[in-house]
Amino acid sequence: MTAGTSSFTDFLSQVAPDLLPGRRPLPPGDYSDSTAHATTIVALRCADGVVMAGDRRATQGNYIANRDMEKVFAADAYSVVGIAGAAGMGLELVKLFQLELQHYEKIEGQSMSLNGKANRLATMLRGNLAAAMQGLAVLPLFAGFDTSAASPQEAGRIFSFDVVGGLYEERDYDAIGSGSLFAKGALKKRYSPGLDTDATVRLAVEALYDAADDDSATGGPDLTRKIFPVVYTATAEGANRIDPDEVAEVSRAVVEARHENPGG
Amino acid sequence: MAMQFYTSPEQIMRDRSEYARKNISRGRNVVVLSCADGVLFVAENVSASLHKVYELYDRIGFAAIGKYNEFENLRTAGVRMADLRGYAYDRTDVTAASLAKAYAQTLGTIFTEQTKPFEVELCVAQVGPNPKSDELYQLTFDGVINPQPGYFVMGGQAEQLVDRIKEGHSFEAGLAEAFRLAVQTLGSNENSDREITTDVLEVAVLERARPGRAFRRITGAALEALMPEPEAASESESASDDDSDDEGDSSAKDS
Repeated sequence: MTAGTSSFTDFLSQVAPDLLPGRRPLPPGDYSDSTAHATTIVALRCADGVVMAGDRRATQGNYIANRDMEKVFAADAYSVVGIAGAAGMGLELVKLFQLELQHYEKIEGQSMSLNGKANRLATMLRGNLAAAMQGLAVLPLFAGFDTSAASPQEAGRIFSFDVVGGLYEERDYDAIGSGSLFAKGALKKRYSPGLDTDATVRLAVEALYDAADDDSATGGPDLTRKIFPVVYTATAEGANRIDPDEVAEVSRAVVEARHENPGG
Repeated sequence: MAMQFYTSPEQIMRDRSEYARKNISRGRNVVVLSCADGVLFVAENVSASLHKVYELYDRIGFAAIGKYNEFENLRTAGVRMADLRGYAYDRTDVTAASLAKAYAQTLGTIFTEQTKPFEVELCVAQVGPNPKSDELYQLTFDGVINPQPGYFVMGGQAEQLVDRIKEGHSFEAGLAEAFRLAVQTLGSNENSDREITTDVLEVAVLERARPGRAFRRITGAALEALMPEPEAASESESASDDDSDDEGDSSAKDS
């Protein structure tokens, strides 16, 4: 009961280090095939903030381990986070990250700055380095609405990471996961700054479609089972998941348009 | 050679109780009551940034009076305990009862083992699916834990004020009605009623209808809108020159 840190992770490392992801010693070896992998996430800046979208497929080798997994989450009131890599580690990382932000907010009585949040995530990633080197790598993509920005046009910010905990701020858009190359290729040709949220959501779904088109580990819109991407926005109104019905409609429109022109 | 004088345990405990009670009774009051819309906390607090009412967990709030550094310590410990438990088990496994019991343990230990007891009184409250299922726990400086029946008051004039609130309290009341009762109660005095203004009020609610994190501070314009119309010819007594502000609204959407 002494005054201490406002970081939940630091607190956890003192009282229950065994609950921390990345602190569990692994026997030597490569574990890349022992867990499901999550795949393509895209994040784009728009006029009101940011949009982040993720496909739903998790694979284990050449098997589809899960068809409707969710990999994009609200990190807190104004930020969103997506994960690629070892699914189990990723979900654990997100859970701890959400708690980290919430814990800080409760203890301090105010939210962490957006830069602070990105830095915390980088630090948490560093803790997973040993496991990452043995094939259990997880990479997040972080985006948020910076409430301290001078104007709403500058408020949407995207941060990417590397496996050693390097933190990079992206300009307009970024993608992670096995289909990210194709998603980024699509965005490179189609993205333009200052689009409204609806247009940006459509662009994000198009990019995921292109990723799924060329990457077998990325799931496309599943019209049969009605499984569509998870899309979040972070704007002045806060982090918000776009209504799945709305995403379904956008996805159907994208698929429809590709019937006419498969290349988009 | 220094001699250790014998003091009976009764005397020691009595002295400690008296000491704590005397210091706590100097504090301004906090009213906690459950109504149809949730659990409402209304505190008289001259500071805009040092709160008496806080969020502990998704559906659990905390209110305290007494020595700030002492209850702040307890609050932090409570948040940690709640977050740790929610992380290790599940968010639904964090309950007001378990937190209240932990506080009772801590306070009881401090009261018996330390020379100086904590000069605090706490409330741990949890909003339930309906007003009757709300849980309010009062914790006193000696580790005594009292479940309260939907309303209670902490602070200097707690005993007089609780009678007042008992008369007016209704589980069916809406937020505005419950707030009016709380403000009237805080302002009621033995001799004359005084008017409580927004700049000395700290108000928060655990909103029953809100999923996930239910705690919301009511500040600024929202608080002004909730304030009852001043009754004619009441004596006004301005207690502070603090500005009311919008800061600290921790209303948050969350996954």
